[in-house]
Amino acid sequence: MEYTANCKIIEILELSDEKLIELSNKSVLSLSFEEMKKIQGYFRKLKRNPTDVEIETIAQTWSEHCKHKTLTGVVDYTELIPLKKGSFDKLPVSSRNKIEFLKDDKDYVQYEKKERTYNNLLEETIFKATKELNKKWCLSVFKDNAGVIEFDSENAVAFKVETHNHPSALEPYGGAATGVGGVIRDILGVGLGAKPLANTDVFCFGDPNISDSKVPYGIHHPKRIAKGVVAGVRDYGNRMGIPIVNGAVYFDDGYVANPLVYCGTMGILPKNKIEKKVIFGDLILLVGGRTGRDGIHGATFSSVKLDKKSDVNAVQIGNPIVEKKVLDAMLEARDLNLFRAVTDCGAGGLSSAIGELGEKIGARICLDKVPLKYFGLSPWEIWISEAQERMIFAVPLGKKDKIIEIFKRENVEATVVGEFTNDNRLVVLYDNNIVANLDMEFLHNGVPKPVRSAIHKIKEEKIQESIKMNYLEISQTLKVLLADLNVCSREWIIRQYDHEVQGQTIVKPLQGNCIEISGPSDAAVIFPYTIIKDTKKGIVLSNGFNPEYGKINVYKMACSSIEEALRNAVSVGGNIEKISLLDNFCWGNTNSPEVLGSLVCVANACYDMSKAFDVPFISGKDSLHNEYSTSDGKYSIPPALLISAMGVIDDVANTVTMSFKNTGNKIFLLGVTRNELGASVLAKIKNIRIGIVPAVYPNESKEIMKKIYLAINENVVESCHDCSEGGLAVAISEMAFSAKKGVQIYVDSVKTETNMLTMSETLFSESNGRFIVEVTHENETKFREVLKGSIFSEIGCVTDDENIIFESEKNKLKLQENSQDLLKIWQSTINW
Amino acid sequence: MKKNKVLILRTAGTNCDYETQSAFELCGIAVERVHISVLIENKSKIFEYDILVFPGGFSYGDDVASGKVLSNEIKNKLGSEVRKFALSGKPIIGICNGFQVLVKIGLLPDPELFTQVSTFSHNDYNKFECRWVYLKTGNKINNESNCIWTNKLPTIVSLPIAHGEGKFIPKNKSILNSLNKNNQIVFRYSSKDGNIPRYPLDPNGSVDNIAGICNKKGNVFGLMPHPERYIFHMQHPSRKNFTGKNHGWGKIIFQNAVDFVNR
Repeated sequence: MEYTANCKIIEILELSDEKLIELSNKSVLSLSFEEMKKIQGYFRKLKRNPTDVEIETIAQTWSEHCKHKTLTGVVDYTELIPLKKGSFDKLPVSSRNKIEFLKDDKDYVQYEKKERTYNNLLEETIFKATKELNKKWCLSVFKDNAGVIEFDSENAVAFKVETHNHPSALEPYGGAATGVGGVIRDILGVGLGAKPLANTDVFCFGDPNISDSKVPYGIHHPKRIAKGVVAGVRDYGNRMGIPIVNGAVYFDDGYVANPLVYCGTMGILPKNKIEKKVIFGDLILLVGGRTGRDGIHGATFSSVKLDKKSDVNAVQIGNPIVEKKVLDAMLEARDLNLFRAVTDCGAGGLSSAIGELGEKIGARICLDKVPLKYFGLSPWEIWISEAQERMIFAVPLGKKDKIIEIFKRENVEATVVGEFTNDNRLVVLYDNNIVANLDMEFLHNGVPKPVRSAIHKIKEEKIQESIKMNYLEISQTLKVLLADLNVCSREWIIRQYDHEVQGQTIVKPLQGNCIEISGPSDAAVIFPYTIIKDTKKGIVLSNGFNPEYGKINVYKMACSSIEEALRNAVSVGGNIEKISLLDNFCWGNTNSPEVLGSLVCVANACYDMSKAFDVPFISGKDSLHNEYSTSDGKYSIPPALLISAMGVIDDVANTVTMSFKNTGNKIFLLGVTRNELGASVLAKIKNIRIGIVPAVYPNESKEIMKKIYLAINENVVESCHDCSEGGLAVAISEMAFSAKKGVQIYVDSVKTETNMLTMSETLFSESNGRFIVEVTHENETKFREVLKGSIFSEIGCVTDDENIIFESEKNKLKLQENSQDLLKIWQSTINW
Repeated sequence: MKKNKVLILRTAGTNCDYETQSAFELCGIAVERVHISVLIENKSKIFEYDILVFPGGFSYGDDVASGKVLSNEIKNKLGSEVRKFALSGKPIIGICNGFQVLVKIGLLPDPELFTQVSTFSHNDYNKFECRWVYLKTGNKINNESNCIWTNKLPTIVSLPIAHGEGKFIPKNKSILNSLNKNNQIVFRYSSKDGNIPRYPLDPNGSVDNIAGICNKKGNVFGLMPHPERYIFHMQHPSRKNFTGKNHGWGKIIFQNAVDFVNR
């Protein structure tokens, strides 16, 4: 392809409808027909054709990636809820017309139909909950680069999680590395810049043991993607000196063609540095890496389904050391008050960063001044390149020399490329010619809002046939569960990350009773003592994620993920009254009403849970269009909602870990065990397709969470671990083998919903809201006092002999396993 | 009276400077983190300080080899100053990347010689690893060393490591012998009870399990583990089960140097 360094006029005034669509597709603009028509109309009014720079600017600004058109769009939503048998007759006649008969597998089922129109889905669900909860400690929500909450009287903490899915599918190492780099810049660009304290990462891959023949043409093998992604995250995160402290990996064949890579960063900043301000006359300072032809169309390409021809040029090239230098220098400049606003160059490059900062007043930029990696870039390429490690600062004229001096001392390039104006226009110059002249109002608010329709049918769930196993089968099942890809140890990944750099990781991703053995921590706690002298406070980070549940019931998937994130944070000592949440939606192609329907249902679940738990969402992000097409058809991902939690802990001395501590201590199980094996790991390995997906009982579990926090702060909890994938049996095993201890569990003592549960159902049910807590004999009375009124029971004790024993007199079953054998099984699956 | 000060030398890719600063400050000494470009402009500034620290990180991305670019820069632009600082007997510590730099500029094992006689290679398992290890302190022969940094430590301590190129290799047998003979090997990777460890307690395959060495005089100390990450007992992975005092072994290392210069 030949490149010309000139600006071109794009003829659109006279284009027919078909040609408009053709133009959008050909130039990877990802603009819809309505959007192209709107642009055509705008320029017809101006009686001139747009330049390539202008068309590209609009495409970047209006991209799904930047504008979140689906989540903030208009949706006509229909929900179909299965009616219980016989309830039709009881319905008032007036509502009978809302009943539909639809064919499920074999039978016709009666569904109640509920309809609702959303003018702005996000504002009427997730954001609405936050507004209604109106927490004083939420300092900046859903507006800046990240959500910000109060840390103490002078400081705040910010948290953001991003996805970098498409790039990681094409080029796993580079895609994942720049995913980390990008979210770190979000934190550098929040308020007037925060210092990053920790990173998180969550991945979805296809089965790494899949045979080559099952991998669609043009796709990397899942194991290659997994290894490349881990290496990319490792190399960028380690070089930045930011510990990667929390995460998850989920394997499912639905992600073979579209792996998911979520990267998060948490940072700390002074409370008086949260607000940005841009004033007429401020200089636009471009800082950091040079601009090249990498990452062209990253923003718009993320809204296109992938196929074998997808352009690798859309993947950016990262250099962590350049970003580290920017970080070091900009924090100094921040503390000297040398700039009024900052933002990162992410999706859409300069066009988005400058366009956003100047949205309310206007900006004038000279593209010739932008330092380039090499010659030959067209003006539109300079303007939208997503070359990495660049930040934009708004600098008052008088502080220009000082700020440039600071960057220069750290060997960071800093160049004035323009200024903010007061004419509400975005004016771009190149070679003394105006190559773009757009009205800010049209650019930011001109995008048409089409009405989309969405439909979601809730599946009826039935209890599976009673699962009965003898002790040999239970033993075998426990081992298969521990070795399962979605349960087994992530140590191979975690150890490659420097999760202790900065010295502040006081609850680590791996915890054990001696340094040789490690169990899976529920959450991480950062103690920012190097930044805030004499503080006692800490920050807990956790996540909840289980796309498996969504295959049967996305509403319950969302509720479970939220509850799991909270549960994990509470397990280490988090206070549910000081926890905030982030949402990250990764969905298939939402142009399909069914796919969009499941997203609406999940947004509603987020609202319901946020209100019920009294826990606000502070930020979020969506990645839609995770679809890949081959000659065999389209591959769409199972919906994946990642919930990340960040909370402030008042005294880090009152945090606990998950490994058992001492022989003889009593073990309590808090919460109710129900017959909830639908979409469980057990159901997956036994190929059981029916069953009840674990539900969330917010009042029940919120109360237990509050009491655990009290108990931990009364110092009566020795260790605490939540029950999640694999249920009670897996959680108990993890606590025992990470302590090199044994345990005796009386399964009959477990509080179950009905007496109908078999031993294997009790051991492997994945009911939410459950915690295992270790308490000394001396503290038992106090512990029981704190827990009074909640559902809990003593189920056993810690022993010294490395034997894990589950015993039931009722079932006449006794299971005995060596804890260190189970540890080896748990550790051996991922050891590449 | 002049107040003692610590100089933490930082550059592009340094990333353990904040926690190292905190560690020294908690030992009651003033600390300044200074960018190498500032020091190169004013070379004699180095003598305003009493302790010199080469902190951990990925200096210049560890391009070419870990610590290589920074060690060349120091050798070429600040060589005589850092050598003079070392020979004056003031404490110098190089942690992780800083240890690699000390070895590559030749401040270790012998600042008089000021020549590189050992190096670092990739870990035997060929991947970056972050984990806790046991370290056997002192020396095989008579358990005595001149190292001013490791006084008062028990025979076995635990500290975290985090590196990809930590395999210490002396140039030849005689270098290793002289390190041993002069009690310069202060830290060796070890099993819990002081025996020769196996992977993962031997995380990198270092020759003779070497994890940290000092010069003959004992003021210049380099180590792969991160003492600045173990200042409070809360930082240890076994937490409540830990029976030690309320500070970590790392604190003792920094306190030793601070006490030394305060004397």
